Amino acid sequence: MIQIKNLHKSYKMGSNSLHVLKGIDFSVEEGELVAIMGSSGSGKSTLLNILGMLDGADSGDYVLDGVPIENLNETKAAQYRNKFLGFVFQSFNLINYKNAMENVALPLYYQKVGRKERQEKALKYLGQVGLKEWATHLPSELSGGQKQRVAIARAMAAEPKVLLADEPTGALDSKTSYEVMDLIQKINDDGNTILVVTHEPDIADMCKRIVHLKDGVIVEDKKIKQVRASAYV
Amino acid sequence: MWLFDRDLWSEVFNTLGKNVFRTFLTMLGVIFAMVILMLLLGSSNGLSNGFNNLFAGTSSNSLFVWSQSTSEPYKGFERGRRIKFKTEDADILRKQIPEIDVLAPRIELGSHRGVATVYRKGLTSGSSVYGDYPEIDEIMKKKLVEGRFLNRNDTDNSKKVCVIGEETYKLLFEKGENAIGEDVRINGVFFSIVGIYKPNDNINIDGENAVFIPFTTFQKAFNSGDRMGWMAISFSDETEVPIVEAKIKKVLKAKYDISPTDERAIGSFDMSEVFKSVSIFTTVLKGVSLFVGLLSLLAGVVAISNILLITVKERTKEIGVRRALGATPRIVRRQVILEAAVITVFAGMMGFAISVGLLNLIDSLFAQGNDAPFRNPMVTIPQFVFSFLLMISLSLLIGLIPANKAVRVKPIDALREE
Repeated sequence: MIQIKNLHKSYKMGSNSLHVLKGIDFSVEEGELVAIMGSSGSGKSTLLNILGMLDGADSGDYVLDGVPIENLNETKAAQYRNKFLGFVFQSFNLINYKNAMENVALPLYYQKVGRKERQEKALKYLGQVGLKEWATHLPSELSGGQKQRVAIARAMAAEPKVLLADEPTGALDSKTSYEVMDLIQKINDDGNTILVVTHEPDIADMCKRIVHLKDGVIVEDKKIKQVRASAYV
Repeated sequence: MWLFDRDLWSEVFNTLGKNVFRTFLTMLGVIFAMVILMLLLGSSNGLSNGFNNLFAGTSSNSLFVWSQSTSEPYKGFERGRRIKFKTEDADILRKQIPEIDVLAPRIELGSHRGVATVYRKGLTSGSSVYGDYPEIDEIMKKKLVEGRFLNRNDTDNSKKVCVIGEETYKLLFEKGENAIGEDVRINGVFFSIVGIYKPNDNINIDGENAVFIPFTTFQKAFNSGDRMGWMAISFSDETEVPIVEAKIKKVLKAKYDISPTDERAIGSFDMSEVFKSVSIFTTVLKGVSLFVGLLSLLAGVVAISNILLITVKERTKEIGVRRALGATPRIVRRQVILEAAVITVFAGMMGFAISVGLLNLIDSLFAQGNDAPFRNPMVTIPQFVFSFLLMISLSLLIGLIPANKAVRVKPIDALREE
């Protein structure tokens, strides 16, 4: 699903250049649930941004679902993001004046899906995260866990190839975190490919594979035995 | 066609509708600007209508010619010779000057602006008495309260009839008394009243206390022979009055042996000059109000752009999320521009409605009655359409600034955790 070869990225900080990613080789198969771990400054967020086409690499290859991702202009990147990727953010990033259903329907709007179908799909995905009856509520009326579940429904609504989650539990207490991870595992059980960036070991243990980044290189890449989050819920 | 895309519009209206207060604040500038523009245009229209009303009934392309005394000796004549027009002059001019539309000769009893005593049953009035042809009505329209004006039949048969002014009627009759068919006596001759006219509230050369009798009757009754006092002449619209005026004077000067350089011998008054200066005044006024109004409109639209800029900054995160979810720069730009346009159109509509109300109020307060300085202060449809289209295109153009700022929002910067 994802193939990355010799990926480099550096940021200019005044006269200095900060080499963040120093040659990443990495690939993900369909249906994997990968945790990307590392302390802050390890380059994990940069890697996720590049994977999410929110940022470009300086050099190296990136192939997503057989499509080489290179020389993207803003429009193309937006279209690819819409088509291939679903995003889940630490701070949920729901649009605060849209209700849960409208938030979930937003990526479908950019896919030019018809109004009726959009609403049906949005309700379906809200149902899958267990928030069907909260469809008309604004984000301000939802708890943190509910917000993140709406965000996950939104990410899934576009039926992406890969779900990218950037610290999805970073703003949640541990009980809610496990609920969210339970949801992520269930989505993964349906065959979806998911990448989770986290610095919490217990969250990483709930994935099927852990990739450890340190100072811009992968220091460890191992398959693990998944801990089911449902055991803690 | 995206213009008819319901989703796009509902997206725009949603965004604006969910932020009513902000939207309303943004609109204020344009509402005020539109009100100012419309009030200025409406008032200058009203003023110009008022002037037009003032001149209503007076042929705009007309000339009055009268005789005076020479100021230069010429062909053996001394200066200071009194020139007296003859009735034949009318035909000579009509023949030689093809531009003349209507030429109405007139004669006055006594000297110019002099008065004659009019008697009726012991009452008297000192009125101007004019011998006129019916054509004069085409140049200086009289508003008749009762009866009719002089006609061809009166002049052809030298009938002893007259039309009197309302002021004269008041002097000679009791209030409410019937005057039509009654006789008045002027210099011992009886005239039967056929009509009463009312002052026009416009340019009133004849005054309100006047008696009009047929020119031919005047000649017989007061023994004026072939004398003629002055001439009212009107021309077709495209005629340049000053040019024809010179031609007419040349003909008359030749006939009466007046020096070609004598400026005083023949007097004239060019009505078109008055109209021209008034129309220049109103045109300048309209131009100035349009200019001021459009500038304030521009200021209003710039204010919208400004607030949208702030809004875009406020919405950085939202725009970033939209971009991450697949909104292309085009979609983002279009959304912001449409927001600008929708706000402007709404505000413009509101401003327009308010100003129509205000103009109506001004109309009912200040523009009633005949001598009002204002008349029907309204904005014309072309003026409205023009300012509206201009406003929309301005808003689209100025919406580009916040729209481009929105596009420059990189999703990665927008989503970076603080």
